[in-house]
Amino acid sequence: MAIGETIRNSQIWKSIFRHPMPLDRRNRIVVMLTNFFLHLHPVSIKKQGIALSFTWCMGGVTFFLFLVETVTGVLLMFYYRPTLEWAYNDILALRDVTSLGVLRELHRWGAHAMVITTWLHMYRVFLTGSYKPPREFNWVIGVILLLLTLLLSFTGYLLPWDQLAIWAITVGSNMARASPLLGYEGPGQQLLTIGGIDMITDGSDARFGLLGARFVGEETLNRFYVLHCIAIPLAVSLLLAIHFWRVRKDGGISGPL
Amino acid sequence: MHSNGLFLKDVAGFLGSYYAGLAIMNAIAAFFIWRRKNRIGEAGFWASVALAMLVLASLAMSGSASSVPHLPESLRKLVNTLSGPVNYTAGTTALFAIAFVFRKFFVKPMVAWTVFNAALLLMGLAMADENFASIVMKPDNVPIVGLVFLLAFFTWVATKQAVENDERIAQGLPPLEKENDEKVLVWPDLVYTELICMVAVSAFLLAWALLLPAPLEEPASSVKTPNPSKAPWYFLGLQEMLVYFDPWYAGVALPSMVVFGLMAMPYLDFNKKGNGYYSINERKFAYLTWQFGFLELWIMLIILGTFLRGPNWNFFGPFEFWSPYKVEVLNNVDLPQMFWVNLLNRPLPRVAADAPWYAQIGTILLREAPGLVVMAAYLFLLPPLLAVTVFRKYFAKMGLIRYLVMINLMLLMLSLPLKMVLRWTLNLKYLISIPEFSLNF
Ligand code: HEM
Repeated sequence: MAIGETIRNSQIWKSIFRHPMPLDRRNRIVVMLTNFFLHLHPVSIKKQGIALSFTWCMGGVTFFLFLVETVTGVLLMFYYRPTLEWAYNDILALRDVTSLGVLRELHRWGAHAMVITTWLHMYRVFLTGSYKPPREFNWVIGVILLLLTLLLSFTGYLLPWDQLAIWAITVGSNMARASPLLGYEGPGQQLLTIGGIDMITDGSDARFGLLGARFVGEETLNRFYVLHCIAIPLAVSLLLAIHFWRVRKDGGISGPL
Repeated sequence: MHSNGLFLKDVAGFLGSYYAGLAIMNAIAAFFIWRRKNRIGEAGFWASVALAMLVLASLAMSGSASSVPHLPESLRKLVNTLSGPVNYTAGTTALFAIAFVFRKFFVKPMVAWTVFNAALLLMGLAMADENFASIVMKPDNVPIVGLVFLLAFFTWVATKQAVENDERIAQGLPPLEKENDEKVLVWPDLVYTELICMVAVSAFLLAWALLLPAPLEEPASSVKTPNPSKAPWYFLGLQEMLVYFDPWYAGVALPSMVVFGLMAMPYLDFNKKGNGYYSINERKFAYLTWQFGFLELWIMLIILGTFLRGPNWNFFGPFEFWSPYKVEVLNNVDLPQMFWVNLLNRPLPRVAADAPWYAQIGTILLREAPGLVVMAAYLFLLPPLLAVTVFRKYFAKMGLIRYLVMINLMLLMLSLPLKMVLRWTLNLKYLISIPEFSLNF
């Protein structure tokens, strides 16, 4: 008791936490206002807004899974090199050699779980009619987040560089080959010619842009790695910030008027 | 390959703990009903269910393969012969319809608990089948099994509250959510809930990661194409659509429209009711459209694509061995063929390759006239027709632009089930088939 008291009264502790322990009503309010992480939340909230039966805590769980993916993902990057020579072997080593190889399981199952919880979150937002005014635009941001979540999962699927990976990506990205006008097997691409020279070929169409090559190869691995580890997580982080900010600005969790 | 002794020995341990888990679950339920609700009869019933599960558990672990509880061979054969894309789609749609119409019955906790137990029992019995188990237990497929149960659970949670609210609203009371109007402090009420959620999710994820190794197949080889080649599971609904449409539509146009439609939704739904609480009766049209699109056209197609599509994307029953040699007769015909050749007994309109471009285009248009007429009627005749009949009120409220966006999204969404029906009944391959421009529909 006394030790705890001493620590909480030390200069170091007080410099980190700008508020006393939230033991009484006043300090429970202060803590929400002065703590960086907590200031995401309002100070008080309608009881039904935090009822598990109402939100299922699904948005929160999705966000937590995103954080888990970030941490395990960074740790995995220590062990993984995105080259044809090493990618597969590094994953193999995670399974057979590395002592914290379970990181890969956490990361993979966390990713599946995040796709599922995103859908469930969207499902509850629909079922409570929470996309209605004034929350229309936050729903739109949500749809983009959904798309990015799927793309995160999709780009990550390639990285183990096993049969499962390259063929799933091959099947998935073959669709781009059929994009109207922009895919070299797509409808209407025949129309894009200049002086009789075909503009859309297998070396210049939408699929090539996605893969960086005519088929899933080293360029694709590099491209997907960068998208997976940097570009998409950054975009998701930005949109999440806006998403949460809008939840507050739109009047907090929805409820009957 | 049929369930053999060796396989059953392998799953016996798993099934034993599975049934033991069900026994514990029901025992807890019985205890809860007895102590909290004081309904002794019901408690006794669930206690005996728990006992029955214990018997199943000991049977599974008795060491003899033949005593592992399983579905009779004849029943599994019957299920296999009865299952196919048509029965699957019609059957699941019918199940959803029944669940919707009788929702007041199904949301009762005891009914839901019974259905839940039945589903788990059926799942356990089916797992004693080698073919079923090999698909369901594939590491990357396990999340989908979880998804099915989670979706069922949360649909129940939501429907229960919606039914309750609808009854209250009918009596002139505000929705239940309104009763919880008072404000509470976020610390501790919300912060602690979040903390508990985080701990629970971490524990769950850790257990999952420790129990189920992530898959790693042979090193990538661009010459060895696996059969079947499947996209990641969350895209398998799209891959399943390839059975009915060309990639430009199933893989590019339709998914883009789904994303666009989702984004447009809040601007199309002009119904001000049902904002911020569970309700079905106050927004039936939006509710049914959503549930059909999400549960049937997205989730059910994913399940079909994952569990029931095998080599060469052929359909396999849940207990069928995925033989790469299964042959399915494809005798699908394009509409121009049906119209010109089969109906009018004439050859398809043709033109010499060196004819001027307008003759080429004209011939294509003539050849595809039947499909173009059908499409034009669908896309251009139906919207105004619906605007003055079924959707008259909607049209008045939405105005021209919003109505047009809404109706076109509806028609695009419905193009999938319609094409399915045309395929199953008429063996129609394409309504329009213009290979000259890689445009098939
Ligand atoms: C990466 C994925 C996402 C994360 C981490 C996330 C997170 C959250 C969180 C934490 C909330 C607070 C309330 C709650 O937990 O339910 C929320 C609310 C909301 N989300 Fe999301 N979300 C995501 C994706 C989506 C998607 C896909 C949609 C819809 C298409 C969406 C639409 C909304 C809306 C409209 C609200 C306000 C709901 C209300 O006020 O009741 N979000 N989100």
